[in-house]
Amino acid sequence: MRTIRAAATGAVVMSLALAATACGGGTSTDGGGSNDSPKTLTYWASNQGASIEVDKKVLQPELDKFEKQTGIKVKLEVVPWSDLLNRILTATTSGQGPDVLNIGNTWSASLQATGALLPWDEANLAKIGGRNRFVDSALGSTGAEGKDPAAVPLYSMAYALYYNKQIFADAGIAQPPATWAELVADGKKIQAKGKQVLGAEGANVSENVHHVFVFAKQHGADFFAADGKPDFTSDGAVAAVKQYVDLMAKDKAIPQGNAEYAQNQSVSDFAKGKTAMLLWQSASSNLKSQGMSEDKYGIAPVPVQSGTPGTGAQVNSMVAGINLAVFKNTDNLDGATEFVKFMTGDEEQKILNKAYSTIPPVASAQSDAGFNSAANAVLKDTLAKSAAALPQVADESQFETVVGTAVKELFADAAAGRPVTTESVKAKLAKAQQQMPTK
Amino acid sequence: MTTTAEVEKPRADPGTGRAPRPRPGRIRRIGLPYLLLLPALVLELLVHLVPMAIGIVMSFKELTQFYIRDWGTAPWSGLDNYRVSVDFDAPVGEALLHSFLVTVGFTLLSVGLCWLIGTAAAIFMQDTFRGRGLLRALFLVPYALPVYAAVITWVFMFQHDNGLVNHVLHDQLHLTDKPSFWLIGDNSFYALLTVSVWKGWPFAFLIVMAGLQNIPGELYEAAALDGAGMWQQIRRITLPSLGPVNQVLVLVLFLWTFNDFNTPFVLFGRAAPEAADLISVHIYQASFVTWNFGTGSAMSVLLLLFLLAVTGVYLAVTSRGRRASHAR
Repeated sequence: MRTIRAAATGAVVMSLALAATACGGGTSTDGGGSNDSPKTLTYWASNQGASIEVDKKVLQPELDKFEKQTGIKVKLEVVPWSDLLNRILTATTSGQGPDVLNIGNTWSASLQATGALLPWDEANLAKIGGRNRFVDSALGSTGAEGKDPAAVPLYSMAYALYYNKQIFADAGIAQPPATWAELVADGKKIQAKGKQVLGAEGANVSENVHHVFVFAKQHGADFFAADGKPDFTSDGAVAAVKQYVDLMAKDKAIPQGNAEYAQNQSVSDFAKGKTAMLLWQSASSNLKSQGMSEDKYGIAPVPVQSGTPGTGAQVNSMVAGINLAVFKNTDNLDGATEFVKFMTGDEEQKILNKAYSTIPPVASAQSDAGFNSAANAVLKDTLAKSAAALPQVADESQFETVVGTAVKELFADAAAGRPVTTESVKAKLAKAQQQMPTK
Repeated sequence: MTTTAEVEKPRADPGTGRAPRPRPGRIRRIGLPYLLLLPALVLELLVHLVPMAIGIVMSFKELTQFYIRDWGTAPWSGLDNYRVSVDFDAPVGEALLHSFLVTVGFTLLSVGLCWLIGTAAAIFMQDTFRGRGLLRALFLVPYALPVYAAVITWVFMFQHDNGLVNHVLHDQLHLTDKPSFWLIGDNSFYALLTVSVWKGWPFAFLIVMAGLQNIPGELYEAAALDGAGMWQQIRRITLPSLGPVNQVLVLVLFLWTFNDFNTPFVLFGRAAPEAADLISVHIYQASFVTWNFGTGSAMSVLLLLFLLAVTGVYLAVTSRGRRASHAR
């Protein structure tokens, strides 16, 4: 009888314990966190290096340094890009997120709309040295216009044209193309030598959006109207998408096989010398890890329609980069702010941006001699003069997905030999627009 | 033979004619099964019923990124999410209908092929021969492998430029004019079907093999004596005897295949090609990619109702068939 009673008691206790565990929510607090755990922080870093292990090797010594300085231990988790947005959404819903996290800078306005991120008002910005420490173009991708930034810039990137010097020499091309027409013409010479012309990630929706956004700017179009409503089917937007997909469908510059690339295979093709050109952001460390030394390739600005890159119709890159955000319900607000200050400090900015071959969004760190290489000169120049931020609207994340998917489907058509016409492009973009939230 | 229930039944007191008052130990014993069930019930409640109830509530709300942090505050939208989902003339409903039809076609083909291959293999494996154990173990490999590892291997094999599939079909067998795309465009449906059948048939094999163990050997011996050949034995003995097993097998395979998320997601990523846009990934997209959580929930509820209806009809029809055969 004693055994039965013990079993029964055990069953009830277990049930209650399970119920209690499941019901126990997070310590969700409004208005900007608390300082209940002043000695620990959790940090979700995005995967920046060639692998998660590489990131850990880069970041851990810096986190140890932070612990030595402040006594605050930072628990690091490097999250792959494919999981990051979902992880952030889940953390937002459950309130069980990290204290500090990396976000893709293009998501800033979308994540800002959830209300889960700490707003960087003047008082908070003052704690990390003030707004003026950051480069303007980087601050342009930290949240919706007219609102306090939802994050602060950490690493800046821009697209550039990477070209293989040997393939160019073999094809008798003296300098990298400055316009799309030149790129297509050079492509014919490169193909005559049996090499592929331009690598692309046709099935990667984010890459697709970055490129068609730049093409749209070059056609004087935007994907959102001034009132923030989606406007995907304007003549300029359709012409932009068609021009990008036509690089495969009509000009045959992008190989058909690239239509299914989504895992950076185009970078590998370039590193292996199969492809002559690549449009990429901060590819140097990735190429190095794949065995391509820096003297083998050159870096030039992304081509434009005519003339030289600049503001207005000659935009040739989106403002790419990573921001650092603090979850509003952190248990260590002071520590989190301290950590952001540390990571955006001059010394760390130099160390981290060199490790990831990115450009510091902090002006004082950018002037370091280490960022004056030919590659960095192109990236810095692009960021300063001819890069534009993706639309800072709450629906930006959805825009990336639906337009990126439309371009992916158009590439699939091009790869299958189906015609890509103005009508088919417009139909895909119209369908994408209809998928956007209406409210 | 007396049953335990008869022993336990309270007997009338011969002196008073009234039933004796139950002793406290007896109450405990009667309540014990319920107490032991409690953890399972609580878990069922937490793991299935509570999320389902929350999902149903969400389907009546205008739940977007603006409210995801505290979804309880999202405004009620009545039946709007359902209206949008079933308005087949508008893009959201049209895409859902397309995805539903793709899923139905895919499920029927996949379940049919899984059953056919699994049953054929199980019947083939009934005879004893050298190496049968090894072959049986090999057959179960796809079922035993982690889904992600298995499907990602298929992704490599389906690659356009370097994949094994194109290498065999195009380079070696010369069956195609040029290397085909399997992970984008129309062929993606066949790629998905191949992986699904490869992954699913070992389960059918396992279940049918277990069912075959219960068919008495004498039946086959008697049939053989009467001159029945192999096909007649399969048609007249094996398949009818497998009836109840097959009913469960087909139902389970149908539900798994219809709801399969892992295979298309690993194969194609978050933006599946139109030809292989299974409903599970479609709902995931509506919820987590375009952040229309309310509409996604409404779609999930519709899917649940559809699967409940199909299961209900299926069970009713098969149990009627079983009753009819018992009556004979």
